Amino acid sequence: MKKTFEELQQIGKNKLDRIGLRIGLEAKTESQKQIMVCGGTGCHSSSSHILIDNLKKELKAKGLENKVDVIQTGCFGLCQKGPIVIIYPEGTFYAHVMPDDFKDIVEQHVMGGKIVDRLVLDEIKDNPNDGLNQLEFYKKQNRNALYNCGLVDPEEIDEYLALDGYKALHKVLTEMSQDDVCNEILNSGLRGRGGAGFPTGRKWMFAKAAQADKKYVLCNADEGDPGAFMDRSVLEGDPHVIIEAMAIAAYAIGADEGYVYVRAEYPIAVKRLVLAIQQAEDYGLLGDNIMGTGFNFKLNVRLGAGAFVCGEETALLNSVEGKRGEPRPRPPFPANAGAFGKPTVLNNVETYANIPKIIREGAEWFAKIGTEDTSGTKVFAVGGKIVNTGLVEVPMGITLREIIFEIGGGIPNNKKFKAAQTGGPSGGCIPEQNLDTPIDFGSLASVGSMMGSGGLIVLDEDNCMVDVARFFMDFIVDESCGKCSPCRIGTKRMLEILEKICDGKGEEGDIEKLEELASAIKSASLCALGQTAANPVLSTIRYFRDEYEAHIKEQRCPAGVCKNLMQYKIDKEKCTGCSLCARKCPVDAIVGEVRSPFEIDQKECIKCGQCELVCKFDAISRA
Amino acid sequence: MDDFVSIDNLTPLKEIIAKHKGAPGCAMPILQEAQEVYGYLPIELQKTIAEELGVSLSEIFGIVTFYTQFTLVRKGKYRVGICLGTACYVRGAQNIVDRFCRELNVEVGGTTPDMKFTVDATRCLGACGLAPVMMINEDVYGALTPDMAPDIIAKY
Repeated sequence: MKKTFEELQQIGKNKLDRIGLRIGLEAKTESQKQIMVCGGTGCHSSSSHILIDNLKKELKAKGLENKVDVIQTGCFGLCQKGPIVIIYPEGTFYAHVMPDDFKDIVEQHVMGGKIVDRLVLDEIKDNPNDGLNQLEFYKKQNRNALYNCGLVDPEEIDEYLALDGYKALHKVLTEMSQDDVCNEILNSGLRGRGGAGFPTGRKWMFAKAAQADKKYVLCNADEGDPGAFMDRSVLEGDPHVIIEAMAIAAYAIGADEGYVYVRAEYPIAVKRLVLAIQQAEDYGLLGDNIMGTGFNFKLNVRLGAGAFVCGEETALLNSVEGKRGEPRPRPPFPANAGAFGKPTVLNNVETYANIPKIIREGAEWFAKIGTEDTSGTKVFAVGGKIVNTGLVEVPMGITLREIIFEIGGGIPNNKKFKAAQTGGPSGGCIPEQNLDTPIDFGSLASVGSMMGSGGLIVLDEDNCMVDVARFFMDFIVDESCGKCSPCRIGTKRMLEILEKICDGKGEEGDIEKLEELASAIKSASLCALGQTAANPVLSTIRYFRDEYEAHIKEQRCPAGVCKNLMQYKIDKEKCTGCSLCARKCPVDAIVGEVRSPFEIDQKECIKCGQCELVCKFDAISRA
Repeated sequence: MDDFVSIDNLTPLKEIIAKHKGAPGCAMPILQEAQEVYGYLPIELQKTIAEELGVSLSEIFGIVTFYTQFTLVRKGKYRVGICLGTACYVRGAQNIVDRFCRELNVEVGGTTPDMKFTVDATRCLGACGLAPVMMINEDVYGALTPDMAPDIIAKY
């Protein structure tokens, strides 16, 4: 049933009466508690949906179903400690909550008013309430794009309305001209969060200026960069913000139709997005004559089919058109000839997630956050060898050291930091000496990496930099679409050289050959995939040339990763002869008598590393 | 063995085509839905799609072979997808892939002779907090070590 703006306001207000206690307001309904359970992919994999069912059943059994709401919400970011539960109004932060913990939460916490101690993280044992502000993980964060993630039920449009949802769309439709909107976004300094960092307002202006009978607005949710999952989390945790932002963009450029191109590998995100679009259509926030203003906007969803190159904008356009996802030469740029040959604005999910708030709070508010080069905040997906794996949103200008060692909690198992990989297969590795560089688009490029979409993988002393370069090149070879030969053939040749080096068969001159190929591929490739394909290799050569040389000149892998160049060995002094490793070995390569030192038969050993993992006496090492 | 429709029965395919035909860029959704129904996209199905849409078979074949999601051959009942994204890789996912291949005696991308398991190394599943991570159909397993493989396989 279509609603007027006034009716929508009333729906939001009524909802706020119930959920306001999540943001420190007084409850004006019988609901006295709100149990928020993370329903993002990470926590969902750990059965948070079963926990939700259990909590609801138990509350019903106790007759509390109207007094306590159980809400499936979006990602809190601290995936490592999931499933996460926060209980409002006190803000108690529970971690690693399993489906069986429902009884304690209901009986002890809700009914008894006592904290369930075993579910509280050590760091906040003394003060388990208000966990979002107490944990080191959150102290330096500034959640803008992720504001609603963890705060609202993403499957419930009324909650989005309660927290100022769709007010920005109403504002642009009733108070602002198309140029006003473009200027506001330009003045905010917002740059594209998908990786290229192009000023969003400028992009919109180009598309607005293009003359055509039809224009499109597209959202790039084909998050293919391995290790990045912020776009997935926004779609899962706050799908309406994307719908609102795309409608604003459509108004600004004069479009009436849009597509969200989303990875098929993200089933939860797709489901919630489709549901959100239906809800928005029901309320008349999508479709014809939106909020009675005469503005029309129709939004469609297109699923990707597993092709990394489709994250490149012109390849994505081909894919939306139902063709092979091969890039097109630019110009013409999408702003003039994009989807189906019509002027098109294409932005990334996280870029859109910033739009409604910029419209509501004003360009100056956003421009004040961050650095001169890049205003606002950026979401990073932090993973790899780090204590707090997860999603963090920080103001630009923060240093990598703060993200890794303060927010991220440092490297596990007392290992030594080696490098931070940013920007995925198009980015580079940043060594220790550059950790204090304030992060923005410009500074990361100047140290030989790039922001990319915000994947940040931490590597420690156990990771081999040549192997990492080989890993990314393998990825690129697999994902190169094959249209242009520098990328198709050149990356394959680079991979062959890297494989040779990892096998201990590298030769003098290989490093130089890699550099020469890299520069040819960079200057001659058609699209960004090829132009940036060599970055991981170049940055590892730049900072870790000694590792390449150890492989080539000494046939030695300093980190003990490359299988042809390493062996597992048992330290006879430390081995107690417990036989655990021998029992776990999948190929029976470990032999010996119980209670005397064991030995590894190197001819049989497949170097799977299982023995090292299970040894309780630290007797197995790589050499 | 599984619930897919036989490719001899073209009725569901024709319904899918009729639903999307005429919409701009309809080939992709048709192929995606057809694969959901039939489990794979052999040349016979592609021919029908090409004929019904009035485009050449080579155009449809070009799309099918471009995207990794589409498959020309039948896959096993259980699709073991081990994440080889960066976060999983640096935490030892390659050893997990090796172990599953070894336990099931298949190469990466291969299917066991009884059509029960297909092992794939997949792109990032976006569950980096649980690395190394894998999926078997819809079930997710995280924080893997190689020796968990036999027990996981035994569940299916």
